[in-house]
This record gives sequence, C-alpha cells and structure tokens, in this order.
Amino acid sequence: MNKLVPAPWWSLFLLAFWLLLQNKVSVGATLLGLVLAIIIPLYTLRARDYRTTLHHPLLGVQYFFILLGDIIVSNFNIAAIILRPRKNIKPALIEFPLAISGSVPITILASTISLTPGTISAELGRDGRSILIHALNVDDPEATIQQIKQRYERRLKEIFQC
Amino acid sequence: MTDLPVWADWVISFFIILGASFAFIGSLGLLRLPDFMARLHAPTKNTTLGVGGVIIGSILYFSMTDGLSLHELLIAIFLFLTAPISAHLLAKAGLHLELELSENTRDFRTKPEQYSDKDD
Repeated sequence: MNKLVPAPWWSLFLLAFWLLLQNKVSVGATLLGLVLAIIIPLYTLRARDYRTTLHHPLLGVQYFFILLGDIIVSNFNIAAIILRPRKNIKPALIEFPLAISGSVPITILASTISLTPGTISAELGRDGRSILIHALNVDDPEATIQQIKQRYERRLKEIFQC
Repeated sequence: MTDLPVWADWVISFFIILGASFAFIGSLGLLRLPDFMARLHAPTKNTTLGVGGVIIGSILYFSMTDGLSLHELLIAIFLFLTAPISAHLLAKAGLHLELELSENTRDFRTKPEQYSDKDD
C-alpha cells in the first residue's frame, strides 16, 4: 500500500492479536499495539519472498464462515464414520489438479482440504500443479474433485486473483 | 467467585461436554480406523470442534464472571493454523515411507512419480 504500512492486513491482524493477548481494550494497550503493528511488518517484510494481494476482503470473510460451517459438518461426519462398525469405508488416493497458483492460495486450499469433510491433503506434486488427497470415504473421486473446485478453489481464485 | 444463573450453567456445561465428547471420539478414531492415513482424519478434524467447544464454554464462563474474556480465541486461531499443517506433514511422511494402506484403498494417481522422492 504505502511505505509506512506495507502490509495493512498483516498489521490489522497483529493489532487484533495484541489486544486478544492483553484480553482488554484500553488506550495504552491499543497505542502499544499500533506501534507494534507498524514496526513488526516493516522489520519482517524483507524476509517475505511472496507478495499476496487480497482483492476481495469481503469474499474472504464469506469464505471463512463457509469454512467454519463445513468444519462443524466435517466433525459430525467423521464422528459418524468412527462410531459405525468398521470395514465399510472406502478410502482412496485422489489427484487434485490445481487451477490456482502462488504459495499462499495453495497453502490455504491445502489446509481447507484437510479441515473439510473426509479429505486430507497429503502431498503437493513436484511441479506444484496438483495436490494428492487422501479421502476417507468416497464413491466417486470425480465428484469429490468437482465439489472442492466449486466450493473452495473458485472462491480462492476470486479472492486472490491468481 | 460469583454464582451463575442456572441456564448459564446448563449452556456452559453443554459446550464443555460437547467439546469433550468430540475430543474423545477423535481419540477413539485413532484406535478404530484401519490404517495410518485414515487415522490421521480423526484427530485433525475432531480436535477442532473438541477444542472449540471447550473454548466457547470457557469464554462464556469467564465473560459472565470476570467481564469480557476473548483471549481463548487465540487458541482457536493457532489450532486452525497448525492442525492442517501437522496433518499434512504426517501424511507426507507416511506417503514417502510407503506405509501399507488398508486393502480397500483405491489409488487414482495418474502420475505417481510426481509424489515420490525417488529420482529415476
């Protein structure tokens, strides 16, 4: 953005983080938090070898709530699988072709896959163009891939424009 | 320590018991699921709601007795950041060690060499 606040979202996150650590909002804590939120990104920016721009912050918030809902569904889903008698699950290794690029979006997508129902990201392909997914219980691998593409990857592509 | 209204007791207990049950089911999953990769699913997912439930209970309790308390949310933030990454690393290690998968696992890899550390 500008020279003083090179990474505004990072600064905002640091300020919120500081206030949560203090567990109260007071003038002193906010001032010190603001100073830290400006100084830390200035100092650490040189160590960041990636540039990521958030193009649609509101879509990002929507993504977060969709993810939250899916995590809760996923918890019940996996609990049901665990409590059911064993032997009738259908695990599979699936290749997920990536349509997005950039280390931050791919990391978010891989983490999303791990937190949502029935899938875990196991490995990023050597060329960085696909993710290997272990799915706990699938009938149709193509449907799983399409679901992840529609629900998460499309939104991430829009948010980061990558 | 102040006394809480009865309904608050019930709500807080509900969240703590919910969290504890999910944490328990997650641990049970480690025992019951058939192979290494399948076992990874249980702790990564169920700890999020397990810890989440306990955190909500804690936020409610301390907010009603000592005034607004939200620093438990930091635990949730760290968990969201670290749970998938540790799961990913464990899965990766399991994959490269070529641990045996249960026999009904289907492999849909078209380019297995992309995920192997062998140079050939």
